[in-house]
Amino acid sequence: MLSLITFLPAAAGVILAALPARLPAKFFLRAWVAVAAVDLALVVALWVAYNPHGGYAYGENLRWIPDAGVGYHVGVDGLSLPLVAVTCVLFLACGIYSLGETRRPRTYVCLFLGLQTVCVGLFAALDLVLFFVFFDLSIVGMYFVIAGWGHGEAARAAALKFFLYTFVGSLVLLLGFIGLYLAAKPHTFDIVVLTRADPLAGRGAYATVVLAAIAVGLAIKTPTVPFHTWLPPAHSEAPAAGSAILAGVLLKFGTYGFVRIAMPLLPGAWRAYALVFIIVGAVSAVYGALVALAQPNFKRMIAYTSVNHMGFVILGVGAAGVLAGTDAQSRSLAVTGAVTQMVSHGLITGALFLLSGVLWERTGSYQIDDHSGLAHRAPAFAGVTAVAALASLGIPGLSGFIAEFQIFTGSIASQVAATAVAVASIVITAGLFLRALQRMLAGPLRLPATGPDAGGRFADLTAREAVSVVPLLIVSAAIGVAPRWLLDVIEPAARHLVGLVAR
Amino acid sequence: MNENPGALVPEIAPVVAAIAAAVAAGWIPRRRQWIIRAVAAAGCLAGLAATALAMLGSPGRVFDGSYAVDPATDAARVVVLGAALVVICLSVDTVAGERREAEFYILVLLASAGAVAMVGADDLLTLFAAYLLASIPAYGLVGLTRDPTGTEASLKYYLLGALFGIVMLAGATVLIGVAATSTYPGLQSALAGAPHTAVAFGVVAVTAGLLFKIGGVPAQFWVPDAIDGASTPAAAFVATIPKIGGLGAAWRFYTHALPAHAVNWPILMAVVAAATMSLGNLAAFAQTNVKRLLAYSTISQAGYLLMAITVAGRNGLAQRALWYYLAAYALTNLGAFAVVAELPAARTIADYRGMTRRHPALAAALTVCLLGLVGTPPTAVFIAKLEIFTATIDGGYTWLAVLAVANTVASLYYYLRWLAPTFLARPADRRDALAPAGTWSAVTAYAAAAGSLALGIAAGVALPLGAGRLLP
Repeated sequence: MLSLITFLPAAAGVILAALPARLPAKFFLRAWVAVAAVDLALVVALWVAYNPHGGYAYGENLRWIPDAGVGYHVGVDGLSLPLVAVTCVLFLACGIYSLGETRRPRTYVCLFLGLQTVCVGLFAALDLVLFFVFFDLSIVGMYFVIAGWGHGEAARAAALKFFLYTFVGSLVLLLGFIGLYLAAKPHTFDIVVLTRADPLAGRGAYATVVLAAIAVGLAIKTPTVPFHTWLPPAHSEAPAAGSAILAGVLLKFGTYGFVRIAMPLLPGAWRAYALVFIIVGAVSAVYGALVALAQPNFKRMIAYTSVNHMGFVILGVGAAGVLAGTDAQSRSLAVTGAVTQMVSHGLITGALFLLSGVLWERTGSYQIDDHSGLAHRAPAFAGVTAVAALASLGIPGLSGFIAEFQIFTGSIASQVAATAVAVASIVITAGLFLRALQRMLAGPLRLPATGPDAGGRFADLTAREAVSVVPLLIVSAAIGVAPRWLLDVIEPAARHLVGLVAR
Repeated sequence: MNENPGALVPEIAPVVAAIAAAVAAGWIPRRRQWIIRAVAAAGCLAGLAATALAMLGSPGRVFDGSYAVDPATDAARVVVLGAALVVICLSVDTVAGERREAEFYILVLLASAGAVAMVGADDLLTLFAAYLLASIPAYGLVGLTRDPTGTEASLKYYLLGALFGIVMLAGATVLIGVAATSTYPGLQSALAGAPHTAVAFGVVAVTAGLLFKIGGVPAQFWVPDAIDGASTPAAAFVATIPKIGGLGAAWRFYTHALPAHAVNWPILMAVVAAATMSLGNLAAFAQTNVKRLLAYSTISQAGYLLMAITVAGRNGLAQRALWYYLAAYALTNLGAFAVVAELPAARTIADYRGMTRRHPALAAALTVCLLGLVGTPPTAVFIAKLEIFTATIDGGYTWLAVLAVANTVASLYYYLRWLAPTFLARPADRRDALAPAGTWSAVTAYAAAAGSLALGIAAGVALPLGAGRLLP
């Protein structure tokens, strides 16, 4: 079942690739939406049937390269199932959003279908090599999306930077995986077996080096300060759907890697260096917010708020590694908050990037100062953007608040200073979002002199755009108002993880 | 004493095919030269079939202990003859109808037999004879086009080959002199008590000859010129197949002809590997000619492969990593050369502009092959790199693995430099650089790209084939 969900999009992509390219664009785009909808329906079915207290569910463990200790081992638990679900939701939203795409639609659809397989596969993978395969393929797929459908020559440069930078991260990660593999007797890449064996317990320097390799590899993907410099150009040059997937799903690979691999497989080293992650998380949060404040470009601003939000996640998982002065409940709360934040950030930032794509389609500009008074012409666009921005800055009633509240409550027990610094960054985020909203939406109408909409019209959200963006915010609100359906799934897995780290 | 020539059918089959082709070429009319090609392919296929039978039998030495038939030899037979078959397929569109078509196939067969014999050689004199058999036809292959660049490349290749061959022979002479025997088992026991300086000189001199075949620093100078000057099929051959012989021979020589700890060859190999991969990558950055780019890429790949030799004596991981990497590399690299052979007018990276529109399937094959050479999953080279990095770290050379990772990232840059233009629109005023050569090269490129993916996914089956204990 899990393999079906994983490989259904790729299989559909292969079939579509074999069809002649002269078929109408609508055909390929609608096929994508249909496949994404089916995949989402399957995930909902998994969710309904999932027992949160049963550990890994829907597991499949096949031999792949037994001599190298590599297997095709997949399964989901409370940490990965929400991320699989948010992946499928976002791909469906991007599919609907892209229904208007006219440039090489067949290749575009095939790439995104392939990316969906890669993203779902990564969250389902329970083998380090399988994880790495999907990790690396996501880079390749996203490279082609940015280079092929981005904004001109600058997009190719940004795509190259993205590819090279994140490829460094993936190979460093691979070295760390090899370190884990060699430490285990018998050698294996299986995450479940390695978790049980804890092969690096009491191996001081060796464990430190392995954790450093894995942490750097994941930190580049997340990204945290100081490894975040690939992110803004990649986002500002990518097409809207590419940005939404990159921020909404691909960034989670890094943070998910921390909870799935770094923490349970290297518990001793994680506890020893938890403070490093706490500091990096707090610094990322503040730094991301401050740089976002200085951005004149709406899309780059959102990109930097991602650095800020991912900083909260790192703070939460770091705090879960500090045993002194905390109890299991607060550590578990921090992990639950971190996973909720991954889900919430995927939904909200996905919506924000799709909205910035709406802006680009209208005016060909992301500059905040180029726009003013959009609320007069496009009340629905203004309203949805405002809700998404408020969600992103953590207003109660939306998912961001639930996530950040849990992270801070869980971390403050032991990390008062770092938590205080991170909380302060929320004020900055609030300021920058409100300022951007005020400049762009309120005031007298002003649009860029050049661009697709130079005549001064600014059309409101079309049905296609509304149907792609609004459901993301509805889910976010559903989490914000009644979070139990999500937390009931995450909490048992978070408690289990905290137990593993405390070994 | 086993003098059964039946044990050597995989080596003899291509030689017999070469002789048959040479005889037949004289009286077969030019328009029926496909018969020669069929004979050459049949020679390779017969060798492969005989290898499959040999793998079922038990290993042993033949001809007075001078030649070992064991898992390493069998692996070399599979990889070399398989790669030669791919070269024959990708060459059809280029050499069909040429005046020297028959010669091309004859030289490919003979050099392939030589490469296999280098791996099987269990005696220094056999090794040197195999070195000559592998080298001399290759010089001819490079010069076969008989244009000025091809002639110059051939001459350079020949002179360097002669120089390193003489050095190797001098080293072999010293080793045989101090050990009073030329067989590897005999050397292994006799060299333990031999003068250290003489042994060290001999080992370094033999290594020099092997590095010439491998294309490793400091014997890599011939690689870019030979590949650039030769016709594309000949370039594909000399970039891929001599390496297999050289690396297999180095493995057997270090682990089976030298007493443990007599000479610190692992550190020598580690330095050579580090220099080879870094130099190949740095030089590849500036290349705009696709054949020269592939030439420098092949040098850097030789560096990664030498990592397996570095840790040859340390663990069992390295042997299967070496052979799996060689198979994966041969297939992927030949796929890239097949694309070059299919587009003979496209000589520079810029000529590939517009390829995705014009030849979408071929562009997909090129993408798979070039990203495969980087080591992107799930292609075979990814599993190969994973194995070789694992073996290197396990063998205590973590710094070398870290350097290889840095080089892998660097290599991505120049492979992408080649890939990126293929997606751009074609400038209208340019000559038609993307005219296809024919179906054979294209089909070979598709098959090699698909095979590279399949070999990666089926690594569970393929990987153990490179393992198996060598004869003591």
